[in-house]
Amino acid sequence: MKETQYEAVIGLEVHAELKTETKIFCACPTGFGAEPNSQCCPVCLGLPGALPVLNRRAVELCVMAGLALNCEIQRNSRNDRKQYFYPDLPKAYQISQDGYPLCRNGYLTLDGEDGSHKRIGIARIHIEEDAGKLIHAGKETLIDCNRCGVPLIEIVSAPDLRNGAEAVAYLKSLRTILLSCGISDCRMQEGSLRCDVNISVREAGNRGFGVRTEIKNINSFAFVEKAIRYETERQIALLQNGGEVCSETRRFDEVTGETVLMRVKESADDYRYLTEADLMPIHLNEEDLRRLCEMLPELPAERQMRLISQYGIEDAGARMLVSDPGLADYFEAAAAKTNYPQLLVHLIVNDLFRFCTSEPFCSPVASERIGVLAELLGSRTVNSATAKKLLSRLVKQDFSPAEAVECEGLAQIRDEQKLLEMVEFVLDEMPQAVEDYRSGKRAALRAIQGRIMATSKGLADPEICEALLIKLLNREDF
Amino acid sequence: MSDLLNRTILAHHSALEAREYSAVELTQVYLDQIAMRESEVGAFLTLDAEGALRAAEESDRRRLAGKARGMLDGIPFSLKDNIAVKDMRLTCASRLLRDYVSPYDATVALRLKQAGAVLLGKNNMDEFAMGSSTEYSALGVTRNPWDPSCVPGGSSGGSAAAVAAKESVFSLGSDTGGSVRQPAAFCGVYGLKPTYGVLSRYGVVAMASSLDCVGVLTETAQDCAAVLECLVGKDLCDATSVEHPQPDFLKAMRAPLRALRVATVSSISEELVDADVWQALQSAAEILRDAGAVIETVELPVPKQALAAYSVLAAAEASSNLARYDGVHYGMRSEDYTSLAELYANTRGKGFGDEVKRRILFGTDMLLGENRARFYVRAQHIRERIRCEMKELLSKYDLILTPTSPTVAFARGSSASQERLACADMCTVYASLAGVPAVSVPFGKNENGLPLAVQLTGRAFSEGLLLRTAKLLEEALG
Repeated sequence: MKETQYEAVIGLEVHAELKTETKIFCACPTGFGAEPNSQCCPVCLGLPGALPVLNRRAVELCVMAGLALNCEIQRNSRNDRKQYFYPDLPKAYQISQDGYPLCRNGYLTLDGEDGSHKRIGIARIHIEEDAGKLIHAGKETLIDCNRCGVPLIEIVSAPDLRNGAEAVAYLKSLRTILLSCGISDCRMQEGSLRCDVNISVREAGNRGFGVRTEIKNINSFAFVEKAIRYETERQIALLQNGGEVCSETRRFDEVTGETVLMRVKESADDYRYLTEADLMPIHLNEEDLRRLCEMLPELPAERQMRLISQYGIEDAGARMLVSDPGLADYFEAAAAKTNYPQLLVHLIVNDLFRFCTSEPFCSPVASERIGVLAELLGSRTVNSATAKKLLSRLVKQDFSPAEAVECEGLAQIRDEQKLLEMVEFVLDEMPQAVEDYRSGKRAALRAIQGRIMATSKGLADPEICEALLIKLLNREDF
Repeated sequence: MSDLLNRTILAHHSALEAREYSAVELTQVYLDQIAMRESEVGAFLTLDAEGALRAAEESDRRRLAGKARGMLDGIPFSLKDNIAVKDMRLTCASRLLRDYVSPYDATVALRLKQAGAVLLGKNNMDEFAMGSSTEYSALGVTRNPWDPSCVPGGSSGGSAAAVAAKESVFSLGSDTGGSVRQPAAFCGVYGLKPTYGVLSRYGVVAMASSLDCVGVLTETAQDCAAVLECLVGKDLCDATSVEHPQPDFLKAMRAPLRALRVATVSSISEELVDADVWQALQSAAEILRDAGAVIETVELPVPKQALAAYSVLAAAEASSNLARYDGVHYGMRSEDYTSLAELYANTRGKGFGDEVKRRILFGTDMLLGENRARFYVRAQHIRERIRCEMKELLSKYDLILTPTSPTVAFARGSSASQERLACADMCTVYASLAGVPAVSVPFGKNENGLPLAVQLTGRAFSEGLLLRTAKLLEEALG
């Protein structure tokens, strides 16, 4: 019997915290990590009589996200109340958008390593308020309302994703766009980017949808991929054994790597959506949209193309740089100091990255310094070993690399006569190695080169040395 | 000094300016009147004699220093107990909030404080403003000052009774479907529901956000203009608040009245209204006609439809606005629970009175599943139609003349009849649904000594004209 092939159908709901100074409906600050309940007022605590006033910046950032994700921006939208009881929700409703979200029908393009492109639909983007945080302490549960009213956008993808890797690629691309446009900090560990996964499986080739489950609040890309893999296999196994997938909410257990049932969904949750009459409908005119379009910075895909054409760097490097707008900015600032941008990419990606692991990118070395370093390397004033050494010194302390090369005599030795003397000296000292090389042991060359570099205190130009060395070794009379 | 009780705000103001008596003396007169009448009337839930005398002293000091703040400086007033005053109880006449103290001022309360008005205390009401007789107060009984066996109307019954019993110069109430106008009619005082958005709702405990208006209760039309003039002005804390285009209400009171075009409504017919109320309506029409008005009878959507739309929308919004009273963050919490669901159920089950529970259940049901489209959304459409028809009508007529209530004050204990209650709002809901202003004008007494009243409804922002016309009726009655 032919075994049925299944495929997963995945849609993501991403919540991103907007980069505003104040909350979405009041003037409380939004800073992370403050003393519990120190950033609250009658409005975000939902005290009797308090009323929300919409933060205009939140609307602007949501529209910018919509523009960056090719959405249709709705000229007329409004807020609705999504109602449910939970202790972290002081009003017992969340002000969100239901029938009339700010943005609809967008897409994001995923570029495959192989040059392929896949479009992932964005069904909608809307603004809403965050809820508070419950802290379970022994038998008691405490409530921190600092997060209540923190502005969020919810970005709902179409069910266009087919596996975990694709979902992660989508998330990374989304994060890059949100970062580039200054819409969100996207710090998953602080909860400013959160992801819910909707997933179902179906027989490959089928156009219909299976019953889906929702996996809530996954807080790292790696876990998203693991959760999707586990859940896909779980659902397929269920179907293969004659079972059925139930509509339910699950969570991902980071320890076991499994998804665990939280609750079964009752005939689609009924949130009793109600028009939010405390807020006026949101009207955007052409002038508003034009202004927001102008505020929109260069998008990652555009920037990638520009970096390639403007600096002549390789595609892979350009893609790496634009994955973090701060990194691309850093590259461009450094590139102003050198005629060798591709070498600069190598210095950043291969060498500097070892010293800065934080996300988003933050360099311990000033952009100007690494630019000069690339220039010194490209002009062959120093060799790559010296460049690496200088870079690791720059990480610890700032100084002028050009002056250091000058004062400390770190310039590469490129005088052929001097190098020839050095090569001859070393060959005299290593007759065995010479013998080995000539009898076909190519590895002996590496040993000789190492000795030459050591003799030159690491300053010899390795390329010239190698040419001289091979010339000498291949001379019969030597 | 008890003749002071019969003076208008303007008269008090002149007397205070002329040092005929002090704000402290005036306040003491009202406190004495409260002491004398309150055991019978029961208009207050919270009395703050100490605070009132302190505020009066400050007012006197200001006036001595030549720094009096205007018309209301030193004038004693009271507030319906759903309007927040910092550090004062805010009960909404509910067991759930019996001991709740507001940490902030409602905008209208703040503006009165800043104007130097002297707060005497907080008035009784139907629990969470749901009712037409103040009998649904969980915290006290209020009687009609003209006949203690009758209700004062509701839900702002305490406010109307306080003004009618001269326990307060003026009071603010809230009007969702007639809750200021109907008790004003029952108690024989003026009750103005302004254009939606003209008075800030910030700090006024919400019943139905899209309908709620703060209203003014006074003994004369001019007093009403004086209080309104002090309160208008856009409030940045209420997104639905608007600037009034013609805020000089006292000036409007002195303006000559041009020939008015007045509409009476055919569907509010003789058989739906008590005979004495009908007679008052005819007399009012006669007075207006004598003053040169053209009076024509027009069609409006039948009361049944308006009432149905109103009750669905008001209940749906109320079910949402009252969801926050869950015992978690503030207010009463049932001691009797072993789970979160029980905490919610027992707190709300024991905390709310039957009428509030009935409306919450009804409103919740109107938003659930298919009901949402069948009832809630449809009611929104009917409302939109009424709004348009009213606008159209008011473009042809300056005023609509109707009774305020189809009956005079009814006997206490008889309001259980739901049908009677539903009809009670028949004349008042149009202005609420359309968001236009309406004022209840006292119009003498019937043979049992109970107050009669008529209602004037005008186009948006026509409060000046409404009050000017009310003054005309007032003068004609003598």
